[in-house]
Amino acid sequence: MISLVGEWLTDPANWSGARGIWAQLVTHLQLSFLALFLAALIAVPLGLYIGHTGRGRVVVVNLAGGFRAVPSLGVLFIAVLLLLPRLSGEAAFVVPSVIVLVVLAIPPVLSGVYAGVQQVDPAARDAARGMGMTGGQVLTQVEIPCALPLIFSGLRSAMLQIIATATIAAVVGLGGLGRFLIDGQATRDYAEMAGGALLVAGLALTVDFVFGLAQRLVVSPGLARAE
Amino acid sequence: MIRFDGVTKRFEDGTVAVDDLSFEAPAGKITVLVGPSGCGKTTSLRMINRMIEPSEGSILIDGTDTGSLAPAELRRGIGYVIQHAGLFPHRTVLSNVMTVPSLLKWDKKRARDRALEVLELVGLGGDYAKRYPGQLSGGQQQRVGVARALAGDPSVMLMDEPFSAIDPVVREGLQDEFLKLQEALGTTIVMVTHDIDEAIKLGDRIAVLRQGGRLAQFSSPDDLLAHPADDFVASFVGRDRGYRALSFKTAEVPIHHEAPVRLGDRLGPGEEWRLVVDDAGAPLGWVHADEVTGPLSATDLQLGGTLATLGGSLRGYLDAALSSPSGRGVVVEGAELAGTVRPDEVLHVIQAAPRATGETILSPEEPA
Amino acid sequence: MSVWGVPLGEVWSLTLDHIYLAGLPLLIGLLLAIPLGWAALTRRWLYGPLIAGTGLLYTIPSLALFILLPGILGTQILDPVNVLVAMTLYTVALLTRTVADGLSSVPNHVRQAATAMGYSPLRRLVAVELPLAVPVISAGLRVAAVSNVSIVSVAALVGVSQLGTLFTDGFNRNAMGPIVLGVIASVTLAVLFDVLILGVTKVLTPWQTAGRSA
Repeated sequence: MISLVGEWLTDPANWSGARGIWAQLVTHLQLSFLALFLAALIAVPLGLYIGHTGRGRVVVVNLAGGFRAVPSLGVLFIAVLLLLPRLSGEAAFVVPSVIVLVVLAIPPVLSGVYAGVQQVDPAARDAARGMGMTGGQVLTQVEIPCALPLIFSGLRSAMLQIIATATIAAVVGLGGLGRFLIDGQATRDYAEMAGGALLVAGLALTVDFVFGLAQRLVVSPGLARAE
Repeated sequence: MIRFDGVTKRFEDGTVAVDDLSFEAPAGKITVLVGPSGCGKTTSLRMINRMIEPSEGSILIDGTDTGSLAPAELRRGIGYVIQHAGLFPHRTVLSNVMTVPSLLKWDKKRARDRALEVLELVGLGGDYAKRYPGQLSGGQQQRVGVARALAGDPSVMLMDEPFSAIDPVVREGLQDEFLKLQEALGTTIVMVTHDIDEAIKLGDRIAVLRQGGRLAQFSSPDDLLAHPADDFVASFVGRDRGYRALSFKTAEVPIHHEAPVRLGDRLGPGEEWRLVVDDAGAPLGWVHADEVTGPLSATDLQLGGTLATLGGSLRGYLDAALSSPSGRGVVVEGAELAGTVRPDEVLHVIQAAPRATGETILSPEEPA
Repeated sequence: MSVWGVPLGEVWSLTLDHIYLAGLPLLIGLLLAIPLGWAALTRRWLYGPLIAGTGLLYTIPSLALFILLPGILGTQILDPVNVLVAMTLYTVALLTRTVADGLSSVPNHVRQAATAMGYSPLRRLVAVELPLAVPVISAGLRVAAVSNVSIVSVAALVGVSQLGTLFTDGFNRNAMGPIVLGVIASVTLAVLFDVLILGVTKVLTPWQTAGRSA
């Protein structure tokens, strides 16, 4: 069985073409980064605001905990059933899926950013203000750099959530590596399913690893001990 | 010079943290705000750089109303040191110290040179500049905090419990260094502490605040000890204040000649306590003739006993006299033996000295 | 009788399946994570590899794991064992670090006092350190429980029946009712798990509530 999976993975025919591995890999990455970008666009400013001002704290804490309980597959189906009649063509599959990916990615990013800003040493914040930094300078020069480790862990867990949910979304017709898992099951082709699953796992591990490297580059070594 | 003019702070919930506070912190001196918790001392300090806005009254720095300046501009001209240093963990020591020069838009090289200079000044020269705050001890972090406040070359510096979070042994050394530094720089300093001993040690002027943010007494430390304005100040200043007040009194005390002996000498018969000095003439300890046989060795020395400095405070003389095993207090000039003093004679001088040397500058009964 | 087009008996049996598939791995995972967390803490060189290794496990998307496990275990793809194993792996991945953190949260003087009184390392772990680590471990267990309940529903895609089956059935019949019912049931179950763990924690840590009311 393992050799069958190996055969499937090493067959060049499976890698090329519009429905090949490379194409699906690119689609998967595009969708994932698009979703993360949109989620960050909403969650980062919101998290900074809440962390900086302390307003709406309770909402964030409960949102992050509550969202974990929501089954992504169910939400995905609901979104598709609601939106499918209103959309046409490719968008009919892509739009509901991306909306779900974004919605599910917001809580981890939001709580990471919020917690990161919120845990900044009050003394450092006070000193920053006392030395004559404006509110914006305190945010960009002290709060955000100090929050980066937790911001990164929020982004990383959001990205893992997105990659996993994007895989599942193949069942509603979304492109990406999930296709091999779903299509393989439809044709009772375990080699294709398992090969696809290996690729998905590899993708998740690689993306997380790359984020980890980026984190190392971006986060000040002075914060490494506090991590 | 910093002037508080009828300053009141009333918080939104109606509590009055500071009530009609008026005093003048003289230029180039250290003024200490002291009092029990809840007396509004930190609030008062933070109103100077407008971290907290006064509800009434005004605060003037060298004649300029702080309310007329933009808060961020005002703060860049005022050094600010807080209890836990508040260093930025993500920036190196050097970059922490360069914060205010950068905010003032100094050019990079000037900011860097200045930062290295003040780091040297607080005793953190060398490769400390490249470290991160997390790699420093609490005392070192506080030194960086002071350096960071000095970097912008401020004429005024605010310090909120700067030494409280540091262990007592290190604290004492830091206080001494700080006094020297202040003397050299001549910065006008307002400091907050809850520790009356620290206030007396460091302050040129002390403002004692009571609960509700009212000024109980504003005076020099010796006057505070000699003439507490009321029961509250008296009990806050605490015990031993008569003795501690001697720290601020100097007077001529009779110095007796002391014929020292050296290690290796033999003591003659009939001699009781003899003082041993080293080759440079610095006192080492006392020996008692009855307990020594043969040449004097280091193990015969009785240590203990403090040294008074020639021309120093009466407290120093009295303590040296009282703590000496021989009953003769050792007085040094530099490190060298200058002679000894007798307890009865020191007490006699104390008795003859004028009962107060300072005057109360301001107390609630007699407003300025 | 049926709710939103789903017979009540079916909802009930799917719920029981769901409890079994999400709950049992929670217990097994906790039992495995305790020695692992302890090992990570007491053998310092194990800490890095163990935490990193279990962390990697957690990055693998659930659907991929459900599909890969039959190939590794030699089971049928429809076998619920795959789901049980996958969920146990996730639980261990999450809890190993939690257990290590929880045990290290026990104050050193307490540990030394226990040693001084003659506890062997193992008895000390069971009688002193684990009870004191309960609040931290319980916090991690709650996270694991809630995410287990929601992840298990993905197993519907590989044909293992539980509440997630309502999603696929509803989607295939183009019916919203079963899907919404499934989501509500799943979220409710997660909340129940959470409340149950909170309750057990309270019973196990009487000193926490006593301290607060004093």
